[in-house]
Amino acid sequence: MVHVAVLARLALTDAEIDEFTGQLAAVLEHAADVAALDTAGVPPTAHPLPLVNVLRDDVVRPSLDRDEVLAAAPAAESGRFKVPRILGDAP
Amino acid sequence: MTAAGWETVIGLEVHCELATATKLFCGCPNAFGDEPNTNVCPVCLGLPGSLPVLNRRSVELAMAVGTALHSEVRPSTFHRKNYFYPDMPKDYQVSQYDQPINVGGHLDLPDGTRIGVTRAHMEEDTGKTTHVGESGRIHGADYALVDYNRAGVPLVEIVSEPDIRSADEARAYVNELRAILVAIGASDARMEEGSLRIDANVSVRPAGSSVLGTRAEIKNLNSVRSLGRAVDYEVRRQIGLLEAGEKVVQETRHWNEDAGRTSSMRSKEEAYDYRYFPEPDLVPLAPSDEWRDAVAAGLPVLPADRRRSLAAAAGVAADDHAVVTVVALGLDDLVAAAVADGADPRLALNRAANEVAAAHVAPADVSATGFTTVLVMEGDGRLTATQAKQVLAEVLAGGGDPVVIAQARGFEALGADALTGVVDQVVADHPGEWARFKDGEAKLAGFFVGQVMAATQGKADGKAVTARLRELASR
Amino acid sequence: MRHEWAPVTAVEIAADVRAGRRSARSVVEAHLEAIAAREPELHAFNLVLHAEARGAADEIDRRVAAGEDPGPLAGVPVALKDNLATRGIPTTCGSRILDGWRPPYDATVVSRLREAGAIVVGKTNMDEFAMGSSTENSAFGPTRNPHDPSRVPGGSSGGSAAAVAAGFAPLALGSDTGGSIRQPAALCGVVGMKPTYGVVSRYGLVAFASSLDQIGPFAATVADAAALLEAIGGHDPLDSTSIAGPAPRVSGVLGDGVEGLRVGVVRELTGGLDPDVAARMNEAAAALAGAGAKVDDASVPSVGLGLSAYYLIATAEASSNLARYDGVRYGLRVDPGPESTGDVTAMYGATRAAGFGPEVKRRIMLGTYALSAGYYDAYYGQAQRVRTLLIRDFEAAYAQFDLLLSATSPTTAFALGAKSDDPLAMYLSDVCTIPSNLAGHPAVSVPFGTGDNGMPVGIQLYAPALGEPVLFRAAAALERSAPR
Repeated sequence: MVHVAVLARLALTDAEIDEFTGQLAAVLEHAADVAALDTAGVPPTAHPLPLVNVLRDDVVRPSLDRDEVLAAAPAAESGRFKVPRILGDAP
Repeated sequence: MTAAGWETVIGLEVHCELATATKLFCGCPNAFGDEPNTNVCPVCLGLPGSLPVLNRRSVELAMAVGTALHSEVRPSTFHRKNYFYPDMPKDYQVSQYDQPINVGGHLDLPDGTRIGVTRAHMEEDTGKTTHVGESGRIHGADYALVDYNRAGVPLVEIVSEPDIRSADEARAYVNELRAILVAIGASDARMEEGSLRIDANVSVRPAGSSVLGTRAEIKNLNSVRSLGRAVDYEVRRQIGLLEAGEKVVQETRHWNEDAGRTSSMRSKEEAYDYRYFPEPDLVPLAPSDEWRDAVAAGLPVLPADRRRSLAAAAGVAADDHAVVTVVALGLDDLVAAAVADGADPRLALNRAANEVAAAHVAPADVSATGFTTVLVMEGDGRLTATQAKQVLAEVLAGGGDPVVIAQARGFEALGADALTGVVDQVVADHPGEWARFKDGEAKLAGFFVGQVMAATQGKADGKAVTARLRELASR
Repeated sequence: MRHEWAPVTAVEIAADVRAGRRSARSVVEAHLEAIAAREPELHAFNLVLHAEARGAADEIDRRVAAGEDPGPLAGVPVALKDNLATRGIPTTCGSRILDGWRPPYDATVVSRLREAGAIVVGKTNMDEFAMGSSTENSAFGPTRNPHDPSRVPGGSSGGSAAAVAAGFAPLALGSDTGGSIRQPAALCGVVGMKPTYGVVSRYGLVAFASSLDQIGPFAATVADAAALLEAIGGHDPLDSTSIAGPAPRVSGVLGDGVEGLRVGVVRELTGGLDPDVAARMNEAAAALAGAGAKVDDASVPSVGLGLSAYYLIATAEASSNLARYDGVRYGLRVDPGPESTGDVTAMYGATRAAGFGPEVKRRIMLGTYALSAGYYDAYYGQAQRVRTLLIRDFEAAYAQFDLLLSATSPTTAFALGAKSDDPLAMYLSDVCTIPSNLAGHPAVSVPFGTGDNGMPVGIQLYAPALGEPVLFRAAAALERSAPR
């Protein structure tokens, strides 16, 4: 669960980890019927609709006003969003 | 480059920004160099409630890339690649995973070596992060600033098979790929603007082994030159480790251009787990046969075929350096036009590969008539090689009629009779040298050509001088 | 809580306003009065838009006076679930993490409502990010059931259901991912409908689970719900999953009756109901039979698997959809404090830990787990295959039946706090509504009598994809035969 919390970027307390561990175990136990099902030959459904090739034309549309965009940000500087220092490159 | 007893194995992942007007999933401009955060909207900022809609042109360009690389263009889907990073507005990247649009294929290097292509899939670009602090580097920065203008720009990631065997081949692969991408209009492929970015997977193995060695993935390769240097460095590093009895660690390494070395990107405590799953906000792509055929029919003649045509016309090999250069720069039509109008093919090829290339003029801005005229004048002896280069430079710089330029500069190659007289006089003036030349001291030809040039202020045609010398000597 | 001209439906208000018999402003004032009277007790709204509603009403009245077409829903107050983006107006999703965020754009449904002449009177309370079945998971406190304020209104669209039930607005919009419109409609005694996936644009609906979410109407009557669906539905180029074509035309079929329609009672969903709810369900089936429908038992064998499949798919998608709340671009940012590394990852963790409530954290954890390396195939992958099985089962059932029927919720409205300590028990209350979301099919909850405690009971009707006309036709018939 600690690993999952790290993946999800949730700084949980030890008490929360304990609580969720028990609750998730109960839900997963309920889901055992799904996990155990023999679904050989059954394709997965990702979309409830059989749509394909939904496309838009390559035409420029108005962008947002930068002042409005940055006004929503917790911190901004020099026209950019400001964040605490980053340790490590993007993967 | 590889030390004896070792074989280098390289696979390249090339990220290419597609030359669309708008981003992959919204109507914001796909533009480089604009003021930060001016080309953003709810979709590419990942604002709550926004939804992506796929850009038709980006799909067509991706299909064109696949077709040009001889890939199979297939029905495809998009997935979400989940990881947190400030340059990703949604904290997931929309990419193609197990069903990419282009599967398989190959790219032939100019020397005929065939490099396999694993896949070429579509995905969205990230924003740009600037690390701010005294060092200006990621480590030790105080904070970071993020610009999302690039977020959502359409990319094609072209993944090669591990078929590349040297830094030279890696460079040739990227150069060829760039030439293809530019030729088909898929991308401007400018590495200096980040519209083409390379990651290199490098490993070594004992020569003759068929087992792949442990590889390192090298990032931050910002030029073809960096790629070559980084591969050479990394191969030496890995061989050094193995010969010392140590192991290569599978990891991502960062190329430092100034230091000329790669360094480990500090593997983080957590291993990445991207939790790919089908992007529910997008529907599958299933290009019809008609659509695929239309894309294929719209492709121009590809660089490899253009090299073959040019090489045949000029009577040289297809991997001749001049041929490769002329095609890469898109000057082959210029050469073909000149040859059609009577220019010497080999001369036209060389002038294009050297003088025209050095002028850094867009192919469309070169006067085909001017180029052809200079070559014809040089070919029939009206201009010497030196004069022709000067006239051509002026034609390329500002245009103008080569005949007028040559007259204005007083360039007029000596007529055949006048030239014969000057050569004969020079021979008469230097009997000692002439005797030695006749006795077989061939290098003295240069001496006589130089004397003739001095006597004519460079207006003599060197070839014609040499011909007259031979004629005299054979008497 | 009623007014001199009450009760009036949305259809009646629009007709009166369009004809100049009633001013939009007077309609708005009457509803703002109703809100002033009971909102402190019920807390249906996160935000009441007094000034905006009055301004919009005056504009409608001006248009009527000028002889312009003020739109099919002219002057009709509508309440919006607080997960629908409204330009310049706070949109909280019932969460602290969106603190201070004012969207720079309107959701497509909001634009369409404005074009139709409807008047937005407020943003309604909800379970945080629509995760819940009681509206107790709101960061801004629970909403109470207008029929008995000691009980929950259901959820997650509890604020919208309560607003309609309390007469705060004749119409409201909610979102339904696993029953979040139909279940609160049942518990509050109003009509609530989930359209076919793709009939209503999701553009501007803050996502919970993208492949399941659908916006739909709440109303006091089936006819009003039909009018609202017609106003918001139809293709939207901003939503790739939007179905081509116009909104389903449903208002015209409401009087057609159910003569000859084949209605199947879903056998697998008859167990586990409270006895009073089961009794109403049987009476509803009998009422439709009495109106000429052919009613029989139907079987959808894999509905039992639906619940688990739903919680795996919905949480997986949610874990990804909710990643963007990271304190960088909008909303809350929490400083991780001097003890931390002070880097962006520490800020993410602190912001998300402080900004999300326990139910949201729980579901993010479950969804992250279900997608993580080594578990994807067993959980998310299997759940998607169950989805296929369920769709096949429905196809088989619809070969024999035009419509299916079940209760909407196994129980009537429960007391606040009764289930909040047991997530699994809360999840189990969604068993009847989840299958329609997994299949993408339309379904509606129609009030049908009350339970032993006097609280409303809702009966659910299901139709195959794009079966809205037959669904509304039967819903209207059921409404006509419901106990008064």
